[in-house]
Amino acid sequence: MKELWQLFFAFAKIGVMTFGGGAAMLPMLQRELVDKRSWVEEEELMDYYAIGQCTPGIIAVNTATFVGQKRRGDIGGIFATAGMVFPSLVIILALASIITTVSDLAWVQNAFAGIRACVCVQIFNAVWKLAKKAIVDKKTAVIFAAVLLAATLTELSPVVFVVLAAAAGIILKQLEVKKA
Amino acid sequence: MILLKLFYEFFKAGLFAVGGGMATIPFLMDMADNTDWFTRAQLADMVAVSESTPGPIGVNMATYVGFTAAGIPGALMTTLGLVTPSVIIILLVARVLKQFRHNRFVEAGFYGLRPASAGLIGAAGVGVASMALLKAGASITESFAINWKAVALAAVVLVLSNWVKPTKKWHPIAFIGISAVVGVVFRFAGV
Repeated sequence: MKELWQLFFAFAKIGVMTFGGGAAMLPMLQRELVDKRSWVEEEELMDYYAIGQCTPGIIAVNTATFVGQKRRGDIGGIFATAGMVFPSLVIILALASIITTVSDLAWVQNAFAGIRACVCVQIFNAVWKLAKKAIVDKKTAVIFAAVLLAATLTELSPVVFVVLAAAAGIILKQLEVKKA
Repeated sequence: MILLKLFYEFFKAGLFAVGGGMATIPFLMDMADNTDWFTRAQLADMVAVSESTPGPIGVNMATYVGFTAAGIPGALMTTLGLVTPSVIIILLVARVLKQFRHNRFVEAGFYGLRPASAGLIGAAGVGVASMALLKAGASITESFAINWKAVALAAVVLVLSNWVKPTKKWHPIAFIGISAVVGVVFRFAGV
């Protein structure tokens, strides 16, 4: 039981100290889990992080589940994830209620109008970074462009694109195998 | 009832969003269009707050959306919905870790998934941009309704965050903070 709470608090600490989401979290994970507590080896952590990036869901949650599972089995995975999520819940709930009460003030509206312009660019930057890694040949470039266009112009659920793209990946790779 | 619906929608996002927190934005955009939980403008604000506070962006956004739609119970449901598929998938993958990494079909699936995920986030970005860079109520066809102040700010942030040496390394929060000040000083919302 004690170790389960240690998992909870270790990940809560990582959650509080990371700004900017999963990508910014890696150095903190290395310091807390590898250097300070020796819960996992450096290479294991890199593996978890890499798989966490390509499996569905939030990278930070995926990594927390992996580490917790390794330490204390399935229940450990759940405690680590709960720890990772807990600070976010508290902080966002406090902030959201404050923002809701001040959202009618003129300066708050002006500030958020400025922030929105900035958010566009940050989403663009995130896409650019992902696309550079994901587009490895002409086929992946076509998938990227086709999904971007179709998702902008149609009202289809993102689920449809995710399922089709995974199927397309498997079919394209199978064709390559046959050709070779 | 709304709590179950919130759980379901975020379970779906957690299951199909590949590539971390930003990958949930297309799903949130879908909810903004198809439910009365929040608007696209509110969504952009939630993205900004989630980026500027500690913790995983995806979890922050889920909590915020849940709170906006149905108070504290809503926030608990969305967060639980979002992480449940991740936890199940990872607990399963952890059992077959070595085989999973080198499975031909898994690799091929992700080969197609990764560019699609980038494309989906890009399309959601177009949605945010059309709302942030046009004047309220305008559509893309009315070119005169462009909010030039916002476009100018976006262009400056784009250059500073990608190509200018000292500012390139700045944390995203720095840009959000500066943009908020610029928005207030130049009355971006026109009020």
